[in-house]
Amino acid sequence: MNGRMISPGTAKGVAIVSTEPIGFYGGIDIKTGIVIEKDHPLEGKSVKNKILVFPCGKGSTVGSYVIYGLKKNGVAPAGIINKETETIVATGVILAGIPCIDQIDIEKIKDGDAVLLDADNALVTVQ
Amino acid sequence: MYLTKEEEDILDGGKGEVLERLFRLLVRLGDIYGAEKMIPVGSVQVAGVSYKSVGDPGLAFLEDMASKGAKVKVLTYLNPAGMDLENWEKLGFPKDFAKNQIRVMDAFKKMGIVVTSTCTPYLAGNLPRFREHIAWSESSAVSFSNSVIGARTNREGGPSALAAAICGRTPNYGLHLWEKRQPNVKINIDADLSFSSDFGALGYFVGKQVKNKIPYFTGIKDANTDQLKALGAAMAASGAVALYHAENLTPEADLVEKNGLETINVSKKELDETYEKLNSGKDPDIVILGCPHASLREISSLADKLKGKHLKKPVWICTSRMMKEAADRMGFTEIIEKAGGSIVADTCMVVSPIERMGYKTTGVNSGKAANYLPGFCKQDVVFANIDKLVEGQA
Repeated sequence: MNGRMISPGTAKGVAIVSTEPIGFYGGIDIKTGIVIEKDHPLEGKSVKNKILVFPCGKGSTVGSYVIYGLKKNGVAPAGIINKETETIVATGVILAGIPCIDQIDIEKIKDGDAVLLDADNALVTVQ
Repeated sequence: MYLTKEEEDILDGGKGEVLERLFRLLVRLGDIYGAEKMIPVGSVQVAGVSYKSVGDPGLAFLEDMASKGAKVKVLTYLNPAGMDLENWEKLGFPKDFAKNQIRVMDAFKKMGIVVTSTCTPYLAGNLPRFREHIAWSESSAVSFSNSVIGARTNREGGPSALAAAICGRTPNYGLHLWEKRQPNVKINIDADLSFSSDFGALGYFVGKQVKNKIPYFTGIKDANTDQLKALGAAMAASGAVALYHAENLTPEADLVEKNGLETINVSKKELDETYEKLNSGKDPDIVILGCPHASLREISSLADKLKGKHLKKPVWICTSRMMKEAADRMGFTEIIEKAGGSIVADTCMVVSPIERMGYKTTGVNSGKAANYLPGFCKQDVVFANIDKLVEGQA
């Protein structure tokens, strides 16, 4: 699938898919990479080294620092795929150097799929 | 994107490493979102101030910027810090936390940022005008400035706002453009809204429904700026609403195109269900008001309710240092403290480490706070109107 490059690089990993938006601040623990938002579809799951797939960001604009912090703490997702990346997530992934693509039909990616994310060519391959 | 000669020079490193790095971030964002050029900003508001939010990685990032001589070009305010910057010891904030929080503040001050920490900069001396381009990041302040004032800002991430402050510019896309400020969903209200918590419940419900859309409200009979602040804050927390219009209440409502929009009806039923949903606890250990930061009117109203009372359990009201000064002068602080309550400045319940201070259940009248407290402060929440909350603590 072709999309739009938000942040360059390539990543390979297992997809973890959320049908709901993600707010990184208050939504994901910066030290463990575990989703802590109550009643979120991914609550209790870790995003570490995964290809994190979700429609769009939500909530606090401090989310950019959380994404940067996840990377510095070694618990960040390997890559991010969105339907639409808004500024908060974009700023975070650019600063953290996490490959990211948006404008992808994320319904075609299932939880547990092996995904190759080639942000440089704005390409997502489900293997 | 078109860049001026000066801007190209910044990008080539002609103005130093810090400017190059931060300007590169802005250019990248501009390229992604289709900006044709950069525009100057009138003011900036930077989120990512509490040590609890930015952590060690954020602190290192900020100290690195400050030590390399980064300086802001426009009036720049800060979001709430993780503690009352003057009264933290008395209020029981942990010492190790305070030490790191002070380092964060020092880094910001070194960059020329006004170290007044508030999520309501528009009540504390950073007030944009109608149609002024700004780069703000606190999600509730973004909503207020776009919607209630009619200034123009995208939802900036903490670092992209800092970049805008230091470069004095922001890429011209999104909500800076008139055509992108048009509503795409209509919300019709058929319910009486009286307390701020009613507006919070409404905002929480609508934010969940519309996610990052621009709602156009009809049927809100009246609302003051405190209530509009509560509405916008909740929508920005449960969703990503950066701008809303409200018929007869907000300045762009008459100007935008609102024909043929999908309509969502909200009645008392949806609000009651939202109250129920946001309640996860009983009998609060502490009640915390002032999310977003209380106006003087809200502090005055709490003082009225507490006059002559003796609280059994604590009630805090969070506000900016400026409002606290006025409350001190008016005697509101004395009344609230005599009853056993506290006015807490510079911080709020969401970004302060209340879970480390022995509190397990927090009572709030804010839809935004009710949204964040369970995840970020591990609190059970009692969400109710101010009268019920205060009564419960007395």
